[in-house]
Amino acid sequence: MQILRYLVPFLGVALFGTASSAGTLDTIKEKGWLTCGVSQGLPGFSAPDSKGSWVGIDADFCRAVAAVALGSPDKVKFRPLSTKEAFTALQFGEIHILSRNVTWTQTRDSALGVNFAGILYYDGQGFMVRRKLGVKSARELDGAAVCVNSGSTTELNLSDYFRTHGMKYTPVVFEKSDEVLSAYRAGRCDVFSTDQSGLYAQRLKLPKAKDHLILPEIISKEPLGPAVRQGDDKWFNIVRWTLFALVGAEELGITKSNIEALTQKTSNPAIRRFVGTEGKAGANLGLDPEWAVRAIKAVGNYGELFEKHLGKDSRLKISRDLNRLWNKGGLHYAPPIR
Amino acid sequence: MSWARQNLFSGWGNTLTTVLIGFVLVWALVPFLDWAVFSADWVGSKRVDCNTGGACWVYVIQRFDQFMYGFYPEAERWRVDVGAVLLMIALMLFFLPRVTGRLALVFLLLALPVGWILLTGQGLGLPAVETRLWGGMMLTVVLTVAGLALAFPVAILLALGRRSSLPVVRISCTAFIELWRGVPLITVLFMASVMLPLFLPDGASVDKLLRALIGVSLFAGAYLAEVIRGGLQAIPRGQYEAAAALGLGYWKTMIYVILPQALRHVIPGLINTVIALFKDTTLVLIIGMFDFLGIIQASLNDQEWLGLAAEGYVFAALVYWSICFGLSRLSINVEQRSGVYRG
Repeated sequence: MQILRYLVPFLGVALFGTASSAGTLDTIKEKGWLTCGVSQGLPGFSAPDSKGSWVGIDADFCRAVAAVALGSPDKVKFRPLSTKEAFTALQFGEIHILSRNVTWTQTRDSALGVNFAGILYYDGQGFMVRRKLGVKSARELDGAAVCVNSGSTTELNLSDYFRTHGMKYTPVVFEKSDEVLSAYRAGRCDVFSTDQSGLYAQRLKLPKAKDHLILPEIISKEPLGPAVRQGDDKWFNIVRWTLFALVGAEELGITKSNIEALTQKTSNPAIRRFVGTEGKAGANLGLDPEWAVRAIKAVGNYGELFEKHLGKDSRLKISRDLNRLWNKGGLHYAPPIR
Repeated sequence: MSWARQNLFSGWGNTLTTVLIGFVLVWALVPFLDWAVFSADWVGSKRVDCNTGGACWVYVIQRFDQFMYGFYPEAERWRVDVGAVLLMIALMLFFLPRVTGRLALVFLLLALPVGWILLTGQGLGLPAVETRLWGGMMLTVVLTVAGLALAFPVAILLALGRRSSLPVVRISCTAFIELWRGVPLITVLFMASVMLPLFLPDGASVDKLLRALIGVSLFAGAYLAEVIRGGLQAIPRGQYEAAAALGLGYWKTMIYVILPQALRHVIPGLINTVIALFKDTTLVLIIGMFDFLGIIQASLNDQEWLGLAAEGYVFAALVYWSICFGLSRLSINVEQRSGVYRG
């Protein structure tokens, strides 16, 4: 199964390469919509609400791209995809963007025939403990029993981390996340370990979320970001610069609410280039000057997007940590529009 | 009282067993009923309306339409309802006395394409609804019914083919059946979704639902074929000889003499396969389609309703059980009507 999972996309590349170069932008303009591959349900990233529309930061990123490329955030068709079919669907043009909390790895970027447009969310494996244990750091976990998913990289990261720091632990392994959680809830282990964004969601499922603490340490790198098919640089640029526009807007202090006013009157040259009153950023991408304005009007800047779906304004209450801007101690950094 | 004394307390061993089982039942059922019924929240529209600590049925009630119709556009949902009514009528016709099987079959054969056209909206001037928006119970039923409708003719041909005297036909039918029976449904679906596009020209894509449907029906066809073959083997030689004496050819013998008897013998087996297929369709989750269970799982990830997995799964179990139990009661009804056990 594992072999098949990797073989299938390779086979796809081998058979067809990246021959099709009809131009994704032209294709979607002709169709009038773009297709966005999302996860089948992950709190804060993409999940259907009661009206059936997809909510989350991954879903909104696709709306931003649609606003940039097609003029309206509504021109997106969402395709929920399982992990196994996600990359195949992208390679064969069934979807135009994969925005499905996939980790950017070297194998995927090179051999699987996809290009990652950037990083939307810096994730990594973390730990959750009961507050009453009094543990404040992962370094104090020597001898702990750790609940974890089986067969995933999570298990390997865990063993690496404890070995590196000369600590002992007892793994308590389960197949499904729900089982891991119920074991943790039943007290069969002291620690619950999975990706940090997942920990925040899992914590909400516990009866008393406040009794549990998510430790600050992150022991693995899981950069999540949107991917496109290899071989269409124009489309790749559009998706990549949509992401940069969201991050750049936060740095420039451009928000959903003030962008209209800023477009009319501002003397800041960086903002003028951003909103298209100066320079030809839009033309360079094959778009009109207002491209970035539409993205911000549709979903807000990166900070707004984050707080809405994952941070303060959501129920998840994930702290921004690594996902702050570079000048505030985080990792998000957008090259200048010039 | 005397019934209880005779059946439950007829000796110290039985009395002990009764008390023990009664105790376990009370121990398990009382907290469950308390959670599910007595201290559950029924009214409201938001998460905050669930505050008693019992089950939060508000979530199921709020999401009920989505569980039934998936992402089917709200304004077009009447089409699903009409389709459901057509299906109900077709089923009823089979089980009503005084309606011949042939009339019911003709109605069903007409209802199926009409239902399909109604749901897709192609050719009727209705707004088209893409299959990617189909979901929930509606998708489960479509997969089961359409899968069976395609599988049944295939199954009959395979069953006859496997008993054919022509070696080529026999061997190829046997090979087909063994191939599809030897592969798990999840693999079939995975192949239909992931491998099939590899063999199609770039850009030419077959609808994902259709791909899954073909996979499901070939899979079900192989199983049904073996059930039907069991029925065929139960028909005594005399029936064939009598048909031959009347001058009937192969197809007429099969259609008028053999199959009606054979199928009647295997109704429990057929319904068994139907129920299994109904539950197996849940596997389409692996190819990113939201059937009834899938849509419940997806909705559990809505931030508003996080942590209500128990409610979702209990509801799913209840619905699946009711439908499967209903189907098995129907099959008993058909058996009695077709007179298999009356001898």
